[in-house]
Amino acid sequence: MADDMKRFTQTLGESLRERGVSRRGFLKFCTATASMMALPPTMVPAIAAALEKARRPSVIWLSFQECTGCTESITRSHSPSVENLIFDHISLDYHHTLQVAAGDAAEAAREAAMHENEGKYIVVVDGSIPLDNPGFSTIAGISNLQMLEETVAGAAAVVAVGSCAAFGGLPHADPNPTGAVSVSDIVHDKPIVNVSGCPPIPTVITGVLAHFLTFGSLPELDALGRPMVFFGQSIHDRCYRRPFYDKGLFAETFDDEGARKGWCLYRLGCKGPMTYNACATTKWNQGTSWPVESGHGCLGCSEPDFWDAGGFYNALSIPDSDIIRRAGVVAAAGVALGAAAGALNRSTRAKAAASHEKVTIDDLDKTS
Amino acid sequence: MQKLQDIAVMVEPKDDVPLNHLNATPILHEILHALQRLATQGEPTTIDLRAIPFGPGDEDALLNQLGMGEVKIELDTLGKSTIWETAFSGVWIIDHQNAESERIALQIEVAHIPAIIKAQTEDVTESLQLLDNQLNPNRTETTGLREE
Ligand code: SF4
Ligand code: SF4
Repeated sequence: MADDMKRFTQTLGESLRERGVSRRGFLKFCTATASMMALPPTMVPAIAAALEKARRPSVIWLSFQECTGCTESITRSHSPSVENLIFDHISLDYHHTLQVAAGDAAEAAREAAMHENEGKYIVVVDGSIPLDNPGFSTIAGISNLQMLEETVAGAAAVVAVGSCAAFGGLPHADPNPTGAVSVSDIVHDKPIVNVSGCPPIPTVITGVLAHFLTFGSLPELDALGRPMVFFGQSIHDRCYRRPFYDKGLFAETFDDEGARKGWCLYRLGCKGPMTYNACATTKWNQGTSWPVESGHGCLGCSEPDFWDAGGFYNALSIPDSDIIRRAGVVAAAGVALGAAAGALNRSTRAKAAASHEKVTIDDLDKTS
Repeated sequence: MQKLQDIAVMVEPKDDVPLNHLNATPILHEILHALQRLATQGEPTTIDLRAIPFGPGDEDALLNQLGMGEVKIELDTLGKSTIWETAFSGVWIIDHQNAESERIALQIEVAHIPAIIKAQTEDVTESLQLLDNQLNPNRTETTGLREE
């Protein structure tokens, strides 16, 4: 217990030194952290100064309608000695996939973390939230909507991890059978960072958490709420095959001469020109490669509604909803959300909200 | 049904020309400008290669062109780091790995000596204290060394 308290009050610099990490080791740690946060090496001294004094933030991770791919991705983040040090320094107080506790004990841990860190904790969400019927997705009998609303109430910020939490993702794809919406469709009074991708690149997830740990603030965001350092440039603009695109040299099939020579994959459906993500530089699997380098076009997985973009192998077509979002027609989305929320089974939701009453299998069949 | 061994497989001979997407060239020019700044103003530069959109072969092409100089240093903290001077004096490659020998950063530092090699002031102060304690285990005052 005393050890726990010490871990909680220690700064990152103190806890690293206690483990015998030298200043050289700390400098290496800061260099790798800067690289992970996609910040220039000139920022290393500032990062070192900030990390020296950083204290453990509490993180509550909520998983809603998702495939656990985002958690799979983050547990494979590839620099254990650095990212684990960061994770050791984040108090991950609730993550129902990773934690040992279940049911009431798990919910008690979540409530305790919220209470003890009121106004200071980070909520990470993966998965979308179904609004058609709360019974479509529940945790310990609590609907996703209710758990999200009550958990973010005292949060400092929310990180929507993965395209489902950021934009609705696969559950939101046409015909959206559960009435799935994104975190930002529900939460309007807290800062939200969208770390999109299906799944997101692991170091991009840890990079955003490291940014909060280092500077106590959120990184600069683009129009879709994504961190500029990772999502500021399109895949196409950073693609090493770009010179072939510019020269009009395209692979027409996956096994033709052009494909063998590594020409541009645009005609095979590459969505790189409309996709903003860090794959072309950060790459995947310990920096080994990334989809285009492996010979397959980008699917556009970090963009809203990429599932409905007209076929992964059809040459580029931009999904309508993307245009709507980019044009900032927020009002239309607001109306749609209102309609979806209206379709909720109101009596069940109100009752469950009042008493955390368990949503049962029978509720799934009821209509409002 | 055709058996697997009945399907003809044609092995294409490996191209002798090494694969390279020419992305090393702009980095080499950046290094040239950094060397100019180091030579004339003594200003060091670090280039993070993780932020560069390399294609297959580009990194090898860059490292091959830079070659190997006369200094190689191994650092053992939070996993191994290998640091070597390239054939161009003042141009260093810093390859940081974690305890699982996975690369966590690859940088080019254009400097007289890479910053991470220098003994850090706080570590020097601590080792001074440590050695003094070993030589004078019975001394009562906390710092037995006179401040000059
Ligand atoms: S492969 Fe895709 S991202 Fe790369 S240049 Fe072609 S269209 Fe752009
Ligand atoms: S290349 Fe495109 S589809 Fe593939 S992971 Fe990156 S953003 Fe997603």
